[in-house]
Amino acid sequence: MNAMEKTFIRMSGLGGQGAVTAAHILGSAANKDGLESTVNPFFGAEKRLAPAESYVRISSEKVYEKGEVLYPNIIMIFHPHVITMGKCYTMPFFDGLQEGGSILINADAPLVSDEDLRHLADLKAKVYYVPATDIATKVAGSELSTNIAMLGGLYAMRKLTSMEALKESMVERFGGGKFVASGTTAALDDAVTGKFAKVSQMIEKNMELIAAAGAALTEFPLPGTKGGE
Amino acid sequence: MCSEKQKNRDTVAELLHGLRNKAFITGSEAVAEAVKRANVDMAIAYPITPQSESMHLVGELFAKGYIRDYYRAENEFAVMAAVHGAALGGGRVFTATSGPGTLRAMEMFPVWAGARQPIVCAFMCRGVSLPPSIQPENIEMGMLLDTGMLMLHAENGQDFFDMILQAYLIAEQPDVHLPVGVFADGFFVTHTREEMLLPPEDCCLPPYDPGFAPVPVFDMETPPMRITRDPLLNKSNFISGSANASWHQEVLAAAERARKHIAHFMGGLLEVENPGAKIFIAASGTAVSQSREALRMMQAEGMDAGLIKIKSIRPFPASELSKALEAADLVVVPEFNAGGWLAREIRASIDRNHRVIGAPRVFGGMTMPPWLIVEEVKKALGAGQNRGGC
Repeated sequence: MNAMEKTFIRMSGLGGQGAVTAAHILGSAANKDGLESTVNPFFGAEKRLAPAESYVRISSEKVYEKGEVLYPNIIMIFHPHVITMGKCYTMPFFDGLQEGGSILINADAPLVSDEDLRHLADLKAKVYYVPATDIATKVAGSELSTNIAMLGGLYAMRKLTSMEALKESMVERFGGGKFVASGTTAALDDAVTGKFAKVSQMIEKNMELIAAAGAALTEFPLPGTKGGE
Repeated sequence: MCSEKQKNRDTVAELLHGLRNKAFITGSEAVAEAVKRANVDMAIAYPITPQSESMHLVGELFAKGYIRDYYRAENEFAVMAAVHGAALGGGRVFTATSGPGTLRAMEMFPVWAGARQPIVCAFMCRGVSLPPSIQPENIEMGMLLDTGMLMLHAENGQDFFDMILQAYLIAEQPDVHLPVGVFADGFFVTHTREEMLLPPEDCCLPPYDPGFAPVPVFDMETPPMRITRDPLLNKSNFISGSANASWHQEVLAAAERARKHIAHFMGGLLEVENPGAKIFIAASGTAVSQSREALRMMQAEGMDAGLIKIKSIRPFPASELSKALEAADLVVVPEFNAGGWLAREIRASIDRNHRVIGAPRVFGGMTMPPWLIVEEVKKALGAGQNRGGC
């Protein structure tokens, strides 16, 4: 009955990791590709390492609903503490994941308990890993680029937008144009962009990072599935 | 004031109905885009989440020459008192606040209306420490219902942009000349980035002309200015008592006279979708957006339901609601607050008000899942059948 194609994404991370910026870039790219999209963050006190979530809704038709995504198709975990220390707004971290949904975790080893893995297998979910912070540090020279590496992992997992639109969004977001960030975000922006002489160099580095993170994407086999226990 | 770049200055029709360009921006950015085109003389701010970003951006507009004067006041009470002074002096002013800031400044809102000043203030609604919360909640609107200001409730960033410009046009009508509060649910609107349509940057509202105001401009340099104030202050004798009462009635009458201007500039105080339905959801602000998704879900299940979006809270569209709901069996009123002020307003406006279900109510910062609204409709329909069988 409902031919609407929609993908709802929840990004859970810690303050300073760029989950809000990643959502901004992804949603803006979807908009450039002619899709309907809305983006919003959710946080308490604006401070580094406090839980921070952001949400992207991408759809073939207008999306009205606002606020946190309660029933995501994709969950992106920017920091192990989201899983291991409950630094997110839902418990467990995958609460509300739709059947057949996907999870992308910034880690190089499984962090999910056996019990949770069985839950996820029942949901026919797929779990992917990408060591985003490691790759960001190696390729872009800064862990502050973790968010871009996560977008690279996502792009390899599912092509929700075109690569051209992603690049264009990054130019817009980091290009020093109209975007006005809060004090803390502006400080982090300076820390990242300050590493490069020109914005174009930073964008090229980010494109390299997206490719490297995509190449490192690994699917973790769930119990009862092919390759699993 | 308009920036030197804004050459197009007699453009009410163009601003409201002309060609527009797409922008992928947040509600806070939409506020600044509206103020940029509003030919504002003075903006005064005191930061509070989730308002801070908007007034920060308004400060940038000042730096770029779009506003004559801008400063950060000592606190919200000082802000609201200072914009009152600027308005009394004949300026077009803008400010904004949220939740606890609104309550701190409370004394000034009736003062604005009592002095018939066309101040436009945006409210990015949030929790009011009941218990402490910076998250979305619009209980402060329920507390402002009888302050004498006109109240518009924006559903999304696009509404927020449009309503700020419309607010100036309505507020400054000589037969209205009252403050207008433009409300939006904090975070849901301020922090959500979505596609909006904006008129060209070179258009701005014509300047405010206090010469058309029904009250004289306070001129501190031409004494005795106190004459314009003192006789109205107290029932110290028969004349001053009568003056006070008739002045008060005139404030209320001015709000009534705003109805035709709201109809003209905003296309009505409310919007009705699927007017023939027997089941309605009636809401304002972000709850309207959640209701649109609920309507989609109900339609997918073959249920026939309608939606009433209430845009003007003061004046309240009581007769319009009464008419729109004449043949309705059920009116579900979802709200982002625990008090349920909108359901109360609707109950007081229509007959057979047992038809009004004041639910769901979400507060403390959570979103309102659309299925929660659908569930309330189904629950009420089930209860109705049981009642019919008795």
